[in-house]
Amino acid sequence: MDYITNILFAVLLFIGIGYFSKNVKKLSRNIKLGHDVDVSDNKSQRWKNMAMIALGQSKMVHRPIAGILHVIVYIGFIIINIEVLEIIIDGLFGTHRIGLSVLPVSVYGFLIGAFEVLAVLVLVSVIVFWIRRNILKIKRFWNKEMTSWPKNDANYILYFEVVLMSLFLIMNASDIHFQSMNSGNVISQFIAPWFSGFSESALHSMERTAWWFHIIGILIFLNYLYFSKHLHILLAFPNTFYGSVKPQGQFDNLEAVTKEVKMMMDPNVDPFAAPADNAEMPAKFGASDVQDLNWVQLLNAYTCTECGRCTSQCPANQTGKKLSPRKIMMDTRDRLEEVGKNIDANKGTFVDDGKQLLDNYITREELWACTSCNACVEACPVSINPLSIILDMRRYLVMEQSAAPTELNNMMTNIENNGAPWPYNQMDRLNWKNE
Amino acid sequence: MSELLNVPTMADFMAQGKQPEVLFWVGCAGSFDDRAKKITKAFVKLLNKAQVEFAVLGTEESCTGDPAKRAGNEFLFQMQAVTNIEVMNAYEIKKIVTACPHCFNTIKNEYPELGGNYEVLHHTQFLKSLLDDGRLTIEGGQFKGKRITFHDPCYLGRANNVYEAPRDLIKKLEAELIEMKNCKKDGLCCGAGGAQMFKDAEKGDKEVNIERTEQALDIKPEIIAAGCPFCNTMMTDGVKAKEKENEVPVMDIAELIANAQDL
Ligand code: SF4
Ligand code: SF4
Repeated sequence: MDYITNILFAVLLFIGIGYFSKNVKKLSRNIKLGHDVDVSDNKSQRWKNMAMIALGQSKMVHRPIAGILHVIVYIGFIIINIEVLEIIIDGLFGTHRIGLSVLPVSVYGFLIGAFEVLAVLVLVSVIVFWIRRNILKIKRFWNKEMTSWPKNDANYILYFEVVLMSLFLIMNASDIHFQSMNSGNVISQFIAPWFSGFSESALHSMERTAWWFHIIGILIFLNYLYFSKHLHILLAFPNTFYGSVKPQGQFDNLEAVTKEVKMMMDPNVDPFAAPADNAEMPAKFGASDVQDLNWVQLLNAYTCTECGRCTSQCPANQTGKKLSPRKIMMDTRDRLEEVGKNIDANKGTFVDDGKQLLDNYITREELWACTSCNACVEACPVSINPLSIILDMRRYLVMEQSAAPTELNNMMTNIENNGAPWPYNQMDRLNWKNE
Repeated sequence: MSELLNVPTMADFMAQGKQPEVLFWVGCAGSFDDRAKKITKAFVKLLNKAQVEFAVLGTEESCTGDPAKRAGNEFLFQMQAVTNIEVMNAYEIKKIVTACPHCFNTIKNEYPELGGNYEVLHHTQFLKSLLDDGRLTIEGGQFKGKRITFHDPCYLGRANNVYEAPRDLIKKLEAELIEMKNCKKDGLCCGAGGAQMFKDAEKGDKEVNIERTEQALDIKPEIIAAGCPFCNTMMTDGVKAKEKENEVPVMDIAELIANAQDL
């Protein structure tokens, strides 16, 4: 009859992982709404970027306090999850601390001891993070786009960590057998005395409760990811891999435009010939909605941690303009989610909802404030490129809508007519020599 | 003074059946903007002094298309690019030097896919190589011991990772190189990039160039050095707005080196 708990555990695990995979599928479908982009170049640099930037967190430590705390939480999180492996095996097979029967006591003790120390370090870091967000109110956590949900989301995760770490320590502290081994209880031995008045059975149920809540908590956390900026703990890896390996100043040359320009410039092309098959032409130039972006840009949106490092480095934002590169990423994700839900609700096809990324989410004023300085790209700890989305949306405004600001239209007319952004004659280009 | 400038064109070289060592891409600002023309001339004086066989395209040069591309007009950009590439390929250009980081970035990174493959150098890199090869000597002159800060152009620094060449040159002037709070990878834009140069800024509470100028003035430099004609304009305007134009000149690296030798 003890099997009941094993079965219950298996069912929980099944539901937890099942729901998660369902959302992963949705995520991947949404990302694939973006058009294709070639990422086959420079594989070795890509692996290196992933190892350095995602795993090694090389960009995080650029801001040392936040960076080092984040590294602690990250390492703690990963290593403590080894413990989850034990929990899953115990849960499925009804064993207790299976690790003890396969590892020497000293090794097991060393492992759990290390987990306990990490748990405390994580707790401390998380508390500092909470203070930075809520008491010190560091500016980048309080920009306009940090409305209630993004702010709460960030705090929920911190609370989650506190609960999970505490449960882990309480579980160890109330485990009489584990405490009596006196190996690995580096931290929990100081918590155990709090429960000294408890009966053995009370301690046992406490240990069991902590154990169950720990694994349930982890399953909830796993499923919370999809709705949270914390998706980055998974997506940072593909995102740093697929991020650009070109110089930051190099913007892509639109291939469709290249074809047209080559045709226009080619004297052998008969201007009166029937137009080449239009099938090859993209529906439109640039982007006005998420489906016009490429899938790496959409992956970027899901990966964004909303840390605001980009925005705090942005010259436009620093001088009070509406543009915030973080908001560009958050808007892209929100709109993509909206489009995804639309597709779900309409049996797999998108039904026009009269909205788009441009204007309904990102305003023209934001787009035109960008200096294309790449400070946001440089600042992002997970290789996100907000500038590429801004540029694609400008392309839509200019090439599809002729909706550039008047001064820019003048500049472009000048280039077209005189080969310079100002109204000077190309024939005067060498006059400086004699002035 | 100007009669001393020797500025042959590619057409001149072609007529003599010769190839220059390098093409000097002057750029629109360098050709037409009054302030930037001074930078162009200073650089030419250095090229003449170092006896570099260079040529310009002159009236055959046209905008690289950078501002059009950053504004979103990919058509216009590619038209410009293809036109320029045709001209340069006809002259069999191999190596290009330019004093404008925008031209530098565009020709170096965006032209190859469109058929224009050249070795492209920023003028600070080129001057540094002349120095290393012993073809140019740099003296401190009037700048010896002066406090000079360098404003990183976005399209030279972050965009292409060139941080040291301009700094090495400043150090060669025996000047004291001082760094702003935000420099190199963290450098703050002057506000001109992405075609902003050609329009008014969006509503905000400050101009970007004022913010950047304040960062520069904070460390009390005697000279603000620049490596881009647009940054130069923005910083010059910023210093003027702060009424410091008589105390803190904004100068291009090429001007510093040329002036140090009274060229
Ligand atoms: S590239 Fe544009 S959005 Fe990014 S930091 Fe610079 S101005 Fe801001
Ligand atoms: S784009 Fe990058 S830097 Fe900006 S908020 Fe997102 S994760 Fe942070």
